[in-house]
Amino acid sequence: MAPDLDLDKPYRLNPSVALRPEPFGALAYHFGNRKLSFLKAPELVTFVRTLGEHASLGEALDAGGLTDRTKQSYLRALASLAATDMIVEKERDDRDR
Amino acid sequence: MTATVEHTPSLVEQFKYGLDAPICLTWEWTYACNLACEHCLSSSGRRDPDELSTEEIKRVIDELERMQVFYVNVGGGEPTVRSDFWELLDYAVAHHVGIKFSTNGVKITPDRAKRLAATDYVDVQISLDGATREVNDAVRGPGSFDMAMRALRNLADAGMRDFKISVVMTRQNVDQLDEFQRIADGFGAQLRITRLRPSGRGADVWDELHPTGEQQRQLYEWLLANGDRVLTGDSFFHLNALGSETLPGLNLCGAGRVVCLIDPVGDVYACPFAIHDVFKAGNVRPAGFQTVWRDSELFKDLRRPQTGGACDSCAAYDSCQGGCMAAKFFTGLPLDGPDPECVKGHGEHALSTRDSSALPKPSQDHSRGTKRVSLGMPSVRMPDRACDTSPLAGLT
Ligand code: SF4
Ligand code: SF4
Repeated sequence: MAPDLDLDKPYRLNPSVALRPEPFGALAYHFGNRKLSFLKAPELVTFVRTLGEHASLGEALDAGGLTDRTKQSYLRALASLAATDMIVEKERDDRDR
Repeated sequence: MTATVEHTPSLVEQFKYGLDAPICLTWEWTYACNLACEHCLSSSGRRDPDELSTEEIKRVIDELERMQVFYVNVGGGEPTVRSDFWELLDYAVAHHVGIKFSTNGVKITPDRAKRLAATDYVDVQISLDGATREVNDAVRGPGSFDMAMRALRNLADAGMRDFKISVVMTRQNVDQLDEFQRIADGFGAQLRITRLRPSGRGADVWDELHPTGEQQRQLYEWLLANGDRVLTGDSFFHLNALGSETLPGLNLCGAGRVVCLIDPVGDVYACPFAIHDVFKAGNVRPAGFQTVWRDSELFKDLRRPQTGGACDSCAAYDSCQGGCMAAKFFTGLPLDGPDPECVKGHGEHALSTRDSSALPKPSQDHSRGTKRVSLGMPSVRMPDRACDTSPLAGLT
């Protein structure tokens, strides 16, 4: 099951994941668990790439100036990415960096 | 930012227009094989003197790394009989191109199994076409069951997990599905079942070996109950027309769009089951793989909207998509019409009215000798399927 995303916590793209740009968005490949996933919008790809720059998931969503509907759809996509370990919670030590 | 995820067309729709690089790339490293199975999809047997050299293969691996093709399915022939096989495997892995290779098990010794278990990004797939020695050896040749089981035992003993047991479904083994699952569970392996297609020497034996209509339903029901645990790639989407539930897996023909084949001499085909000039897009030797993938006229054509032809009026077309292009082609049926195994029976009708005197022949044939060794049933070499994991897995 998908771990619940916590809006107050920071997340980032797993360093073991590579994103390959595609016309529809991007293909995500996890070199650790060998899973393949799809990011189905170019804007979502940018969002995921820069996710780690924000202090929390909530802040990242707000910074994008997204509509509520888009936020909801991003959250669904992010939950499935978290379930396959494509995005991970940032560790305390790399938060301080 | 205005675009929302909801407005994006479904992935299957997107896939029809092709990707910047393939997801399911099969790469056959040699036409040589220690077995001489009779429905080998690539008509393998003898090595081709023009096969890509070690250096040429490495250059293509470099290119795949740049294109971010994260893994390829390596097959043959029997790829492990290439003397540079293990060197190439290490090279690919060092360049972030994961390898899943198909083998009949001939070179999987206890030592080799240990080294494989210790290598990340390598997956092994052992071909087995019968859950019993009798059924397997009748189709793959004497000794092949023991060879496969020995390889499986060596991999399991070496601590390898989730390696694959790959089965081509035939009239003789559909009834053994539960038995195959038990074998896989016993080794900590994952079961992969694929469709017998009339490709390569498979065309010669397809009439006798392809599952009956009743068996197709049996297969569909088994997959509905167990499909989440087994890999099928794009093998069985034509069975979706049997019911309202869609089977897990890649439910479209990805040929030239997400799927393709590089053969041992560097020719690029739309799909591993389509080794014929009609589906040849080019060769990696002159300008590399990427040029062929992006610019070949054939692939551009396949990425344009296709028509369903005689299938257009069928209520099941959305889920069945008219079936497999290669199966139609090599049985002499029109590409924009029903699959030869159309579950509504339109394939049988089409087969009975086609001109079977002029069926297309594969453009490569490396079979050893011309005689069939008759064992009651022809021996069969496990085709190397294009797409192993469902590319749609993990999506909501
Ligand atoms: S031609 Fe058949 S085997 Fe090849 S990609 Fe299409 S459906 Fe799959
Ligand atoms: S008529 Fe075509 S679309 Fe309908 S079930 Fe048969 S092959 Fe599939």
